[in-house]
Amino acid sequence: MKVQQLPILIAFTYLAWALLIPLIAALRKNWIYPFTLVGSAISACASIYGFISSFGSEPLRYTFGGWAPPLGVEFIYDSLSSFILMVINTIAFLVLIHSKGVADREFPEKKMPYYALVMLFMLGLNGITLTGDIFTLFVFLEISSLSSYGLMSVGKKFAVYTAFRYLIIGSIGGSLYLLGVFYLYTVTGTLNMADIAAMIPQVATQPGIVTGIILIVAGFGIKAALFPMHGWLPDLYAQANSTSSALVAPIGTKVAAYVLIRLLLLVFGINAVDAVAPISTIIGILASIGIIYGSIYAIRQTQLKRMLAYSSVSQIGYVLLGLSLANPMGFRGAVLHILNHAIMKACLFLVAANLEKQEGHSDLSKFNKSFAKKYPWSMLAFTLAALSMIGLPPLAGFFSKWYLAVGAVEGEQSWYLIVILASSLLNAAYFFRIIERIYIKPADDTPSSQNDVAFSMLLPTLILALGLLVVGLMNTTLLSNLLPFYD
Amino acid sequence: MSSYILGHYAYWASIVVICVGMYGILFKKNLLKKLIGLSILQAGIIQIWVCLSSKWGATVPVKAQGLSTDVAANYLSPLPHCLMLTAIVVGIATMGVAFALLMAIHKRYGTLDESEILSKACP
Repeated sequence: MKVQQLPILIAFTYLAWALLIPLIAALRKNWIYPFTLVGSAISACASIYGFISSFGSEPLRYTFGGWAPPLGVEFIYDSLSSFILMVINTIAFLVLIHSKGVADREFPEKKMPYYALVMLFMLGLNGITLTGDIFTLFVFLEISSLSSYGLMSVGKKFAVYTAFRYLIIGSIGGSLYLLGVFYLYTVTGTLNMADIAAMIPQVATQPGIVTGIILIVAGFGIKAALFPMHGWLPDLYAQANSTSSALVAPIGTKVAAYVLIRLLLLVFGINAVDAVAPISTIIGILASIGIIYGSIYAIRQTQLKRMLAYSSVSQIGYVLLGLSLANPMGFRGAVLHILNHAIMKACLFLVAANLEKQEGHSDLSKFNKSFAKKYPWSMLAFTLAALSMIGLPPLAGFFSKWYLAVGAVEGEQSWYLIVILASSLLNAAYFFRIIERIYIKPADDTPSSQNDVAFSMLLPTLILALGLLVVGLMNTTLLSNLLPFYD
Repeated sequence: MSSYILGHYAYWASIVVICVGMYGILFKKNLLKKLIGLSILQAGIIQIWVCLSSKWGATVPVKAQGLSTDVAANYLSPLPHCLMLTAIVVGIATMGVAFALLMAIHKRYGTLDESEILSKACP
């Protein structure tokens, strides 16, 4: 049984909360945090329930205002979008639990606007995931982008400047997407995704369609930080406050990658367009360069957050690599990697936040054995997430890389195997370096009596680390519903 | 060839506007000028959408006296206009956020020149 109003409940709880938080803040300042958690929990529970009930049921098409889909706007709630919604809402809930300690330390006076913006940001991402209309997608994209500019401008000394740079680059991405929609609309005369998908076989080779797809790939490539368009990302994540980077890094770029997967594989059917312009090959090559480039630059960083930011550039490459393979195994690997990387990156950024709270910095050169003594649980979570990034079984990261490797062999593009292998080795290089410092390098001073962070910050970190094991062992069950989706 | 350009002059004009915007974003050092460039870029894209629905000899999509509603050539397509109203609103919101950030930048660094800010960022 499926609740008909579920998509609305999931997405628009955030909108209601964005409007209610300022009112609650006017009553009591210290109600903001629990109230935010309630809203986020409603969405997270509803999307988990929706994902479980989506097993074996038909996709739900939710129309607005009584207008039938080709004319009206619709939400599509199928197994793929319910999967992505579950990922982003659960991660956001955990990060928001963690945000208490960060908010008290980094922006105690700005809690009300901050949490209201987080709610708007999540509304935008949920809308992007759900919508079945390419122009509504643009509107939700701008909602999420505008609020993320605000979220990212709260932070260290240069956060405002990096947020402004992100605004300029992100708006160019949005504008390119709008221009791409123009070309698609000119040729097909419709904005509905299902309508376009039905029309594509006749028009796939027209220059208008190809131009539109290239512009859309460029626009969302900027949002997803595809290799040559990733320049905004490292400084932004390093300068923003810990909650913003833990929120935007795992799910912001992932949703952009999801849009590319949905549009290119499910709506445009990239194989038909590839006959005219080798779009998927170009994405594959750029993603491969990004994977290697991000890993090499991550090794050179001296600060934990910057290292994680470069590693994000590398990991988003895996998702887009799976997309470019355009076969069932590649699709499976890409979707699973969205989940895995969201968990891993959220966990690592939360550990970085815990360290910044306790030590005041996340300088890699100062890591030593005393960290393992002082913060045993945070360091355990870090080690699990790092091993998963490298891809050790049975942790989650292994399985998505495995599916991608199988997909590369099946797609007869075996040289991607070299990229995956080389990147795993580079990952091992930069993560083992830190693990070695944490557990082996002797402390140069007597360990102070600092304890691990507060329970509200520790709990989400550990849940995410444990989630890596669970997802790794259960990945076939999680994906079983998505298998017939793309073949 | 000349008809290829003259026949689509409105689209070419929009492309020129988009290129001017891109130039401003890429090559101007002042952050405010970059923002102006972004605004011009968005205006160019809105213009190209509006061109799409223009038609000679047609009127607004409101039923008029003595004009058959069965003939599509009589009326303009209202959809691109509606979409662009939304896009204009989005553009205004972007400008608002950008100006707020610019004010914060100016308050913090006392300048809007990118190279001066960068020289403070990386001493």
